[in-house]
Amino acid sequence: MPKKKVVLNFPPHLIDQPITYRLIMDYGLVVNILRARITPQEWGSMVLELGDGNGRLDEALAFLTELGVGVEPLSKEVRWHEERCIHCTACTGPCPTQALAVADPHTMTVSFDEERCIACELCLPVCPYQAVEILF
Amino acid sequence: MAKTIQEINEKIKAGRAVVLTAEEIIGVVREKGVKQAAAMVDVVTTGTFAPMCSSGAYFNVGHATPRMKIGGGRVALNEVAAYAGFAAVDILIGATALPDDDPRNKVFPGKFPYGGGHVIEDLVGGKDVRLTASTYGTDCYPRKALDTWIRLADLNEAVLFNMRNAYQNYNVAVNLSDRVLYTYMGVLQPRMRNANYCTAGQLSPLLNDPLYRTIGVGTRIFLGGGEGLVVSQGTQHNPGVLRTDGGVPRRGAGTLAVTGDLKHMSPQWLRGASFTGYGVTLTVGLGIPIPILDEEIMAFAAVSDADIIAPVVDYSEAYPNGKPEVLAEVSVAQLKSGEISVNGKKVVTAGLSSYARAREVARILKERIEKGSFLLAEPLAPLPGPDSGYAFKPLKERPYVPSNRDAVS
Ligand code: SF4
Ligand code: SF4
Repeated sequence: MPKKKVVLNFPPHLIDQPITYRLIMDYGLVVNILRARITPQEWGSMVLELGDGNGRLDEALAFLTELGVGVEPLSKEVRWHEERCIHCTACTGPCPTQALAVADPHTMTVSFDEERCIACELCLPVCPYQAVEILF
Repeated sequence: MAKTIQEINEKIKAGRAVVLTAEEIIGVVREKGVKQAAAMVDVVTTGTFAPMCSSGAYFNVGHATPRMKIGGGRVALNEVAAYAGFAAVDILIGATALPDDDPRNKVFPGKFPYGGGHVIEDLVGGKDVRLTASTYGTDCYPRKALDTWIRLADLNEAVLFNMRNAYQNYNVAVNLSDRVLYTYMGVLQPRMRNANYCTAGQLSPLLNDPLYRTIGVGTRIFLGGGEGLVVSQGTQHNPGVLRTDGGVPRRGAGTLAVTGDLKHMSPQWLRGASFTGYGVTLTVGLGIPIPILDEEIMAFAAVSDADIIAPVVDYSEAYPNGKPEVLAEVSVAQLKSGEISVNGKKVVTAGLSSYARAREVARILKERIEKGSFLLAEPLAPLPGPDSGYAFKPLKERPYVPSNRDAVS
């Protein structure tokens, strides 16, 4: 089953709508909520992993855009600033998905695989050089 | 056959010196043996790039008109408190200094986004830094306040002076408690869910010369991207600790005080660092060439990660209370594999010292020596060694009691 990680940004007037329910019931998506921040009268955001159960993922995304929900691929919202990274490896222990991992055990260089990142933010307080930035 | 530093320098000048990094030499010694390697190799270069809190820099900022005696007053660089207890315009800033209005750990854990380490990085990077100073006026120094931009190129002297760098071996930090700890060894998860280490291992300067046979007062080094020298043993130098049969310390041992001209350094090798819940520090690139004067020195410089043993220490109880307990001993090779075993429990590891950048330091130093632009310096005096009796003591606390109690009450 194809999967896609996205960040949804909700304008305040949509917060009381059961959008996740619609994604599941109307479009048959397999929804895994990785993170959500919803406060009354403010923009809300949600990080979802969407599994395309019956080939209607694109339709579902179009539905969201139509409603006024901002949809961005997660990989665009997480930045690893390689020039700031000193390859200390401090983040590689806490990173639960190995998005940040030692790429070469001989040189001990660290690499970032944006496809693996789930934006859990565990690396943020760990990196002393602010090399990881999460934009939403 | 023994060589002298002078002979090696002649070879460097003639472009004939054989220089290998402390990583490259391991395989050579394994293959050819110590004797042959010692005859063949002239210099082994080491390196480290790690947070080192006892780093700082001093500056002579030049005199304003009218003159001002900043000495004895107050001074800050980009709002970070600096020290002004010297002559009129000599100031000093330490790596861990913070702006007065940083909330510290009032909202726990504090973020410490900017401090002394970052000021040094910004200055070295050629950025404008704001100097604010206030003081009392005198007849010869009437001015009382100053608020100006300064930059490195305009300063008279700008000198990095680190009273303790290049720790020879270091603790591996774990947390046995039930809450997350925010330490200078990084974020430690409860119930020993992770272990953080901080050493360049087989590339680390003092681990390649464990008995300080070649590194001494006056040794010329790579420092912050430029050049520097060893001033003396660093603070907390503690050479008498437990050692392996190969002479390598199994605990934090020797340290170095080093200095160098900041104007020739680079922000790539002096980086401000923010440790959540702990504070700010400076990550320093430092490398030392080891002249291979004889076979014993060659054997020491061939040390590999498997031969270096570090102590695992609990930072919830033992470390803060100054207890000497060690939970386990592990090799740097194990630490670098990403997982160690402590009392039967598997623990994920992560580093604080950058091995990747330590390799680069050793490589750059090697290239400078090969090109003839970096010559070795003959040490003027040795550092206190394992049998010197020199030791690191805890504070003997003698609480102050006001002598005139009755008057106080
Ligand atoms: S946000 Fe989480 S998953 Fe992404 S790199 Fe950081 S620790 Fe890894
Ligand atoms: S903690 Fe930061 S500097 Fe260290 S390897 Fe990770 S991203 Fe790079």
